Amino acid sequence: MFKSFIIGILSGVILTACLLYFFPAVDQHREASLTSVQANGGNTESFHANLPDDRIVAGGAGKEVIPASLVWPAAPVLGDTQAELFKIRNRNDVVVGVASRISGTGTATGSVVEWTLHLPARGTLYANLQPLPDEAGYRSGRLRAGTREFASMTGTFTERFQAGGQQREAPEPEGRIELLTALTGKAEGGE
Amino acid sequence: MKYVLSWLGGTITGALLFLMVLYYNPLANTLSVSPLAVYGQPLIDLEYSTVPSETIAYTNNGKSRIQPYPDKVAELWEPTVRKTIVLVTLLTDSSGQPKGLGVKFASESERTSLLKAEALVDSAWHVFLPESGSLFIDQTENMWSYARNIIVPARWSSADSWRGTWYGITTAGPTALGTAKVAGGTGRFADLSSEAVEAISARAYSAQQGPVSATGSLTIAAVEPVADH
Repeated sequence: MFKSFIIGILSGVILTACLLYFFPAVDQHREASLTSVQANGGNTESFHANLPDDRIVAGGAGKEVIPASLVWPAAPVLGDTQAELFKIRNRNDVVVGVASRISGTGTATGSVVEWTLHLPARGTLYANLQPLPDEAGYRSGRLRAGTREFASMTGTFTERFQAGGQQREAPEPEGRIELLTALTGKAEGGE
Repeated sequence: MKYVLSWLGGTITGALLFLMVLYYNPLANTLSVSPLAVYGQPLIDLEYSTVPSETIAYTNNGKSRIQPYPDKVAELWEPTVRKTIVLVTLLTDSSGQPKGLGVKFASESERTSLLKAEALVDSAWHVFLPESGSLFIDQTENMWSYARNIIVPARWSSADSWRGTWYGITTAGPTALGTAKVAGGTGRFADLSSEAVEAISARAYSAQQGPVSATGSLTIAAVEPVADH
């Protein structure tokens, strides 16, 4: 009986180790990547945020804040800095991640508009955009950094706000922010 | 029959012993000395409160013990983001002077391995310092030591809380030295490629509310001197 107990202990150790090794502690839910192939071998992917429903946070000095209970810090150094958080959807209108948009004017930076898209199962994208949109309303820029699936990518990032046809009772217009990435793999020995 | 019962008892004992060894493994302690300490380049130190109610905004899936802040902030309940938290916070220098804004995204990592004492989190910082520039930090954090030394003791405590002094570097990658990757965006950081580490200094934790008194710090190696830090 003592031998059975000792064998049991060894079995317990081995079974627990196998359980921890073979069954992942974390399994992130994945949605298929809805990309379109470009002629240069890269791919484009579009994301969007439906407003106002997908806006998680909005804040800035003297600006309307979301949610209404949010307290924006009274720090002069922030100046006209605005920060927004959104849920980000893919082409099928399914939430695939979260994103931050920071804009403002800094003494060292001039006008800044930046996006960070965080897609938990895939990675994160960081892009700097032109401060002013073009005549068609597009504000474009470059991908500055990416992580995991996007770590070896380079390319462009475009933002456009598209107003909706109806006005809600909410104090902001219904509409959506469209984001388009056009990415290619970095060349060997490149940045 | 008695042999089967004996084997079962041994199996349960073996499993518990194995889990205890994993939990009390002294080799799994977090670094307390920054790999950047010997970097030889100027460092930028930024601090923030990890207490949700002391941030500008904090959100998660709404099912966690740590409640989103402020009231009515949208929760991340969708399947793709429910293992993610987002924090918007004021960043200060080490003397408490506001320097800018930081947004932190943190998602549980699929590379988590309890066998290796790795409770990994894939996190990213979007930082805007109006007087200096903007930058992005990509890091893998290992929260094992934080969980073992603070969260678990708080939950085991009859007072449902932990008090003490704990300091640990949570950054564990992705670089070979265990530091985070920094990519500059604008201003003095434009085109910067550098490294950073994040650390937590905790003093109190409630099993019901999460951090009660804790400060996070980001140490960023600057390639060129940044005069006002």
